[in-house]
Parts: sequence; structure tokens; C-alpha cells
Amino acid sequence: MKASVLTGQHYISGDVACAEGALAAGCRFFAGYPITPATEIAEHVAKRLPEVGGTFIQMEDEIAAMAAVLGASWAGKKSMTATSGPGFSLMMENIGLGICTETPCVVVNVQRTGPSTGLPTMGAQGDMMQARWGAHGHYEIIALAPSSPQEMFYLTITAFNLSETYRLPVLIMSDEIVGHMSERVTIPPFKEISTSSRPRPKGRKDRFKLYKPGPNGVAPMPSVGEGFRIHVTGLTHDEKGYPVLTAETQEEMMARITGKIRKNLGDIIQTEGYRLDDAEVVLISYGVSARTSLAAVDLARKHGVKAGLLRLITIWPFPEDPIRRLAERVKGFMTVEINMGQIHLEVQRCVGRKTPAVLVGHPGGAIISPDHVYEALKEAF
Amino acid sequence: MTEKRSKAKERSGHPLDDLLREDRIPHIWCPGCGIGTAFSSCLKAIRSSGVEPKNVVMVSGIGCSGRAAGYVNLDSFHTTHGRAIPFATGLKLANPVLHVIVFSGDGDLFAIGGNHLIHAARRNVDMTVICVNNFNYGMTGGQVAATTPKSARTTTTPFGNPETPFSLPHIAYASGATYVARWTILHTREIAKSVEEALLKKGFSFIEVLSPCPVNYGRRNRESSLETLKIYQDKTIIKNGAHPSSVDIDPEKGIILGKFIDVDRPTCKEMYDKICRSE
Repeated sequence: MKASVLTGQHYISGDVACAEGALAAGCRFFAGYPITPATEIAEHVAKRLPEVGGTFIQMEDEIAAMAAVLGASWAGKKSMTATSGPGFSLMMENIGLGICTETPCVVVNVQRTGPSTGLPTMGAQGDMMQARWGAHGHYEIIALAPSSPQEMFYLTITAFNLSETYRLPVLIMSDEIVGHMSERVTIPPFKEISTSSRPRPKGRKDRFKLYKPGPNGVAPMPSVGEGFRIHVTGLTHDEKGYPVLTAETQEEMMARITGKIRKNLGDIIQTEGYRLDDAEVVLISYGVSARTSLAAVDLARKHGVKAGLLRLITIWPFPEDPIRRLAERVKGFMTVEINMGQIHLEVQRCVGRKTPAVLVGHPGGAIISPDHVYEALKEAF
Repeated sequence: MTEKRSKAKERSGHPLDDLLREDRIPHIWCPGCGIGTAFSSCLKAIRSSGVEPKNVVMVSGIGCSGRAAGYVNLDSFHTTHGRAIPFATGLKLANPVLHVIVFSGDGDLFAIGGNHLIHAARRNVDMTVICVNNFNYGMTGGQVAATTPKSARTTTTPFGNPETPFSLPHIAYASGATYVARWTILHTREIAKSVEEALLKKGFSFIEVLSPCPVNYGRRNRESSLETLKIYQDKTIIKNGAHPSSVDIDPEKGIILGKFIDVDRPTCKEMYDKICRSE
């Protein structure tokens, strides 16, 4: 067996950093299907997982990959998959099953340009609303957006920790640029990496209720083969896990699967401010676009414009409070994202009508350069 | 009732009660349906196999047969339509100690889930797939399936089925299954024996169980449940070892039943451990 945490300095791509982050978080099962620009994650874990006692399997499609990830999670393994737009669409069905059955796992979407086959080798941030609402029905989800290979490493660990703590699929919404860029990534010593595991059941097995929530709203989770004789279904189910097809049970189940996220927003949501203290104009961005926005802030400051950046690390649940607080004191907002306005809709919702909020977006295939952001900033404010 | 008599009644409970979620009964299956018979043969096999129940897990997809996982008192999963096999693949590869049974229907396993079935058989994932074939989509009211005989009437083939059905054992065999059998719900002992053999066998095992669907299929094809059973009695020919390419379901020439394939081949996990963990 080789080390699961490769402590040291590495010059690696975002995709590889994500794979190493998964191993460091304790991931021991990966089911995937090749797709540009996420393939390198699968390729890396195909080599690394057997070295650390884990299992890799390339399935027949993304539907199967997602199903296998859920199965492996119920067998007690921290599990994940990685894909891009077309595969993400296929995974939606079983992401929904994972949400409904409260199954911890991590799904990485290294976004490329869509719709459809789009620009397979070129980055975009066009799946952000699909991440929120892509599976049918109403639910809460957690999605994170890394801006660098280093963050691909750390946020993959965070994603596993959140998925285990809150028992749901957690999405890493990366993009082709961050996935394919290589930078220095520091992997800390094993003992400095904090990992979480799903809450475990205590007490008598025959009285165990599969979905009876603990203090934070999350139910303890047994594994298959432990003698709990659990029943897990994608039908609307009661606390025992049995299907009960009534509006009342639907309401109880929905209160649990949405409540466990809504009640823990403070623990889940992460944002990062840059030169916000005296900012009059705030850029809101995430992923690779937050990097170009950061350079745009410096450029604007050089020209005497008091700009700042709010970088969204957590995309879903949406960081409403930091934006609402800023809206009380700044002159305007600008959302920077590689789509035609998705997260911008959320920004507008939080800002309200008091403060202007404009979008700098384009439909994909390239980054949004700092110059472009600065020019748009000048024009708008 | 005296205390003595009630205890006697307790003792005389059904020997498979422990494997049944009695609090989930009554089940949803219609009078005359064969799924329950296939299900109880499967439970008998779990019992007779001697495998520790805590290590047996049942996975179903969607449909009438897909409800089986909801009635078995084991770790059990009712997954999405067609996806029972890849879900079960994840379970098995992540915990190889488990004995994984996929219990589902023909629409679930061979139409929407057909791709998963052939690949699990190709990989030789160690699991037992029991497919109740009732020749149509029963849960949704009787639509044409990949198994519906030519010319048969369903709600979506009101003029008769213009398509040709799959031969399920042939597909399973051609895809690499190491155990292939076909029975009808009249052959309860044979089903139980096959399921037991499959459970104890390492590799991808496939058992097709022909079943009447009197409410949706039979009604539209002038075939009561008893008439279907009569066909199963009179027209079936047991040919153990028959080549799966020759096992048609033809009421005129006969319906071929039996254990067709029972061979050994390294499983998915055995090959992974040998090739990928060799260093």
C-alpha cells in the first residue's frame, strides 16, 4: 500500500489535485466515464486508488457511474465521480436518488461549453443552474467552486466532509481552465488534514429508524451488511425508510432533506473578500472568473476606482447574507461569470432594486479577461 | 384464544416470515400475478443457501417486480428505473463480502437498463440477477416491452406488436453471464434451486422467470392467469444445457426452460485484484 496523502510540493493540474484531494479525504471508490475535460481525474484515480486499497471502475455510461457511486456509498465507502456537462446531464437522475435517499458522495463537474456537445475542450460556467435544479423535484444541494489547482485539492476534501456530515451528494463545480491549468499545489501532512465521516447509528438495531434526524437535522447512517436490515427507496418515505405515498409524508421528508441544509448555512457557506473594506463597486465571481476578476480589481484600483471582489466559494446554498450586507453600503455590483447570466440572477435577487447590478458574461470558450472586466466596470459605474 | 393456542399459532408462522417485512404487507401485486411466487422462491433460496442474511442485499429498479426490495426483510434498495445493476455493482465492488441479488422486471432490466445488464455480465460482476418477465410494462398499465411477443396487443401496440422480442437468456449468455437459467412461476422448486446455485456461485448469474400479468397483458391477449399457467404446464420443455441461442419462447413449438449455462470465469473483482493490485 502506498500513502494516500502525498505530502509535499507538487506541480500538478487542477484535475490531478482534485483526485489527490479525494484520496486525502478518504475516498476509496470512484466510478466514472471518460469525458473531456474531466478525464484526467479518472485516469489519476485509476492508478492511485488500487495503491491505497480502493477501487476504480469505468462504467458503461455516466448514469451507471452515478448509480455505482451511490451503491458504494451505502456499502460504507466514501465515493465519487467526475464528469463534464453531457455526463452531468446523465447523472442528474441518480443525483436525485442520492438527494432523496440522503447518500453521501461527491460529484465533480469540470465544466465545458454547452449546450449539448458544445465546445468540449473549452471552459465555461454554464452548468451552475443545472447544479442547483438539474434533478427533478425541489431540494437543497451543496455546490463548491474552486479557483485554482490548490483549491481543487482542498475543496475536494471540504466536499467530502460536507457530504458525510449532511448526507447528500456534494457538487464541485470546476471548469476546464482550472481543471487543466497546472500550478504549485501544497499537500499538507496527513495529520493536518481534517476529515469527517457520516454520523453512525447507536442503540438497538431492531428499533433503528433510517431517517430519524440527529441534533443537526441529519440522520445516522448504517452500512449494508451491518445487520440493520434497512430499506432505501427513491419513493417518498417515512423515517423508517418505508414508502408512504401521501402529501403529509412528502412534507415531512422534504422538511428533513431541505431543513438539514437551511439550518446549517453558517457551517456550509464560505466566501472570500478582496479589498472590500472601502469598496464602492463589488465584483461577484467564482471559479476561474474570480481569478480574472481579482486582477480586474487591482487594475481598477490603479485607476482610482474603489473596486472589491466577493469570491463565492460555496455557490449552493447561495451566500445571500454577505451580498445583502454589501448591498446596504456599496454603489453597485457586477457579476462575472462564463455564461449569459445564471448566478447573476441570484445576485439580482439578493441585491434588490436599491443598488444596480450588471453582468459581465459571455457564452463560453474563453476566460473573461481582466481588461474586459475593467472596461465593463468603467462603462457601468 | 388461550395462551397455549396463541403460542402454537406463533410457532406455526411461515418459515420465511423472518425474511419478509410483514409491516409492509399487503403487497401491491394483483391477483393472478406471478411476481410473488418468484419472490417467495427467491426467499426460499436465500434461506436454503445458508448465507448469513445480514450479508444478503436485494436491489430492485422500478416496476411491479421492482417492488420486491420493499418487501424483503434484508438490506434492500429500490433504486431508479433500469439502474439496479450499476447500483448493485457499486455495492458489490465496495464490499465484496455481500451477496447481491438484483430482483426486477423485463422492462427495467432489458429496455431502460439493458446497457447495464450486458456490461455487468461482460465484467462478470458477482451478482444474481432475477428477471421476472411478464412480457409487458405492468406498473404503468400494460405497454409494449422489449419482451412482448410479435403481434401481441398492449396499450401502445393497439394493432398488435410489430417488433421482435429479445431472448433474455441469449443476451445474458452472449454478454458473458456464467450462469443462465429460465423457469416459469409454475417451477417454484427449480427457481429456488437456481437462485440458490446462483447465490453460491461466483460470477454473474441470470435467471429469467416467466410470469403471467393477467390484469394488463393477459386481458388484452385473451389469456387468463390460469390459461397462462396451462401454457406453462403443457407447452414448456425442460432442456438443461440447451444452447441459449436456441431457447425461444414459442407457444406453438414450445417454451424451452432449464439451466442453460453454468461455467466458471474469473469475476470482475478477482481480475481487478490480480491485475490492478499486483504491485
